[in-house]
Amino acid sequence: MNTDRQTLTETVLSLLGAIAPELEPALLSPERPLRQQVDLDSMDWLNFLISLHQRLGVDIAESDYARLVCLNDVLDYVQARLAAGAAGAPGEAGA
Amino acid sequence: MIDFKLPSLGADMEEGTLLQWHVKPGDTVQRGQVVAVVDTSKAAVDVEIWHDGVLAELLVQPGDKVPVGTVLARLLEPGEAAPALAAVPAQPVAAAPVVAAVLPEVKAAVPPQAPPTRHPVSPSARRRAGELGIDPDGVTGTGAQGSVTLADIEAAARARPAPTPAAAAAAAAPAAAPDRQAQMRKAIAAAMGRSKREIPHYYLAETIPMQAATAWLQQHNEGLPVTQRMLPAVLLLKAVALALRRTPELNGFYRDGRFQASVPVHAGVAISLRGGGLVAPAIHDIAAKPLDQLMRELTDLVKRARAGSLRSSEMSDPTITVTNLGDQGAETVFGVIYPPQVALVGFGSILARPWVQDGEVRALPTVRATLAADHRASDGHRGALFLVELRELLQRPQSLAQAFTMPQDQPGATP
Repeated sequence: MNTDRQTLTETVLSLLGAIAPELEPALLSPERPLRQQVDLDSMDWLNFLISLHQRLGVDIAESDYARLVCLNDVLDYVQARLAAGAAGAPGEAGA
Repeated sequence: MIDFKLPSLGADMEEGTLLQWHVKPGDTVQRGQVVAVVDTSKAAVDVEIWHDGVLAELLVQPGDKVPVGTVLARLLEPGEAAPALAAVPAQPVAAAPVVAAVLPEVKAAVPPQAPPTRHPVSPSARRRAGELGIDPDGVTGTGAQGSVTLADIEAAARARPAPTPAAAAAAAAPAAAPDRQAQMRKAIAAAMGRSKREIPHYYLAETIPMQAATAWLQQHNEGLPVTQRMLPAVLLLKAVALALRRTPELNGFYRDGRFQASVPVHAGVAISLRGGGLVAPAIHDIAAKPLDQLMRELTDLVKRARAGSLRSSEMSDPTITVTNLGDQGAETVFGVIYPPQVALVGFGSILARPWVQDGEVRALPTVRATLAADHRASDGHRGALFLVELRELLQRPQSLAQAFTMPQDQPGATP
């Protein structure tokens, strides 16, 4: 399984780009709130999580949404989940 | 013989451009079938037909821009024999004048593009003439019955003196890709301008505690795969539809100087488009549908709205509009009613805010619900009753999950 950060970043950005075609990855700050920067409403966010699930097999629990503020949070979370195996408990991820 | 006319796909639509036919003469069509794609200023819309029958002839060709109400095609009713006249003319160029001669009443309702004293102009020729900045009615036609063909237009363009660069640029502009943004802004301006001119709005707002609803939703979503999770918007839509049963004067149309109530609630869901603009296509019969089904329909509707593939029935018949700013939005939205509707319900962001309960200030998730309504159809007292009912329904999310009035019509429903 590919947990390389750079590849993961590219994958996540391409999934975001499918939802927000106008997205300029170069202008995206990984340390600032993602949903504000990319203008993701609740439905966009859900669709993003569905596409993450389909592409990487990572299912993000609704109770973890609040932790996924910036792009780096999402990458950390997904990376930890991939490293722990997709069956790992969500509460252990990204800690 | 049945006339199939271009339907109005929203108050902001006066004309549409036929992009594509999905059917051809001789095809059997069924009520609800998508038969054509029409470009409004906002989006390409799949247009459904509202009769069963056999397609006799197509009267409008791809690329033609025609006013709402124009007969697009004619249908034979099931069992009706095809008259000889229904045969499709071999020369599409000749189609327009033949139709005008056969159907004078159509001519009266929708003026043909060229006055009858002039030579007919084929649709493709007229389009090309527009692109080249040529008056097609001033061109000598060489086609059937003296009609002006595409070749005539091209010839006229070549015979023209070379234009100045500025004139060439101006002439080329319409041929460029249509500026969807500008067109959509214009359409929204027209509809909202009409709303503000004609509709005496009144506005009410109510803060609604959402603790019970969000807790119910969390419990519902817990353990569900991400593909099956429900958004708060679905609970809000359902609550609006059920609350409207108490105040039917908020659901329907104001037309011809009077209000016509609608029994089913077809809520137009305001969907913002990336890059600007919005559409508000309907989810039909919300009160009668279980929440899971509403979530699937909402997901599908948003996806299709953003992909530009909405259906005519979704665009033409919302009985009320619901706008939901979502969790990234502002706190309160005061809506502008979409005519001929008489009300718009708005929801701001659902966030934890101070709330007094049992004499104590607590932090609870709340939402600001607003109502913009038409004073010609209702008064503030009735509007307030609606908001109170909405608030009460949202305190009992379980009842929202259980309430759908016609389970026998919902094969997908789980009791």
